[in-house]
Amino acid sequence: MTPGPPRSHAPIFWGLFGAGGMLAALLGPMLVLITGVLVPLGLLLPPDFMDHPRMLAFAQNWLGKAFLFFVISLFAWHAAHRIFYSLHDVGVPAGRLARLLCYGSALAVTLVAAGSLLAVGS
Amino acid sequence: MRKPFVRPMTGWWRRDPYFVRYMWREATALAVAAYAVVLMVGVWRLAQGQAAFDGWLQALRSWPSIVLHLVLLAAMVLHAVSWFEIMPKTMPMLFLGGERVAAATITRAGLAAAAAAALALLAVAWMLRP
Repeated sequence: MTPGPPRSHAPIFWGLFGAGGMLAALLGPMLVLITGVLVPLGLLLPPDFMDHPRMLAFAQNWLGKAFLFFVISLFAWHAAHRIFYSLHDVGVPAGRLARLLCYGSALAVTLVAAGSLLAVGS
Repeated sequence: MRKPFVRPMTGWWRRDPYFVRYMWREATALAVAAYAVVLMVGVWRLAQGQAAFDGWLQALRSWPSIVLHLVLLAAMVLHAVSWFEIMPKTMPMLFLGGERVAAATITRAGLAAAAAAALALLAVAWMLRP
């Protein structure tokens, strides 16, 4: 087997961008409406909808855990990728430091979410 | 080396409404990032116990937070609409019965899927209410 050209890591980030963008397009508006507006104001859904015992049970359930993890981390990777590629448009050179800050932030968000979701147990 | 000439590009995107829309579309990433951080803080506080999590809930009930989330909501809707508007260009060409599927059809199907997903999520939340 002859070694091909060096493989790029770009498709991974592109894939995370696409997955996060699709998830945000499908669920983002309603998630923001529910957690940020309806429940805090007690409109349509009761104000105790997200109270501690309920959210703890949700995060301890494997399905709830997976949902929270994928929403948080994929949103973060989508945003990081898009912001990184927009830097050039606003006159910020998209160099190594910018790349590190963008994708590093997404990684940090992913790790905090994963650590917290593991810490709540099952 | 001589100093190379750099054409000034300040405010380039204001020259054309198409570029303005492009910039708004890209700016939705800031809202997606902000919401990821809001939720991340939520699960982080959840792991710290009831008192910490109640603080997060209390913050969500403050007026600045409600206003922020209304802005995030508008940005998320813009993200969803623009995501499916550009989808015919970002996805591989789609053929049905030997004919290329029209861009408008793909966009409409995506928007319908987003509306269905939003309603389904609301329905699930409604069924899970205490």
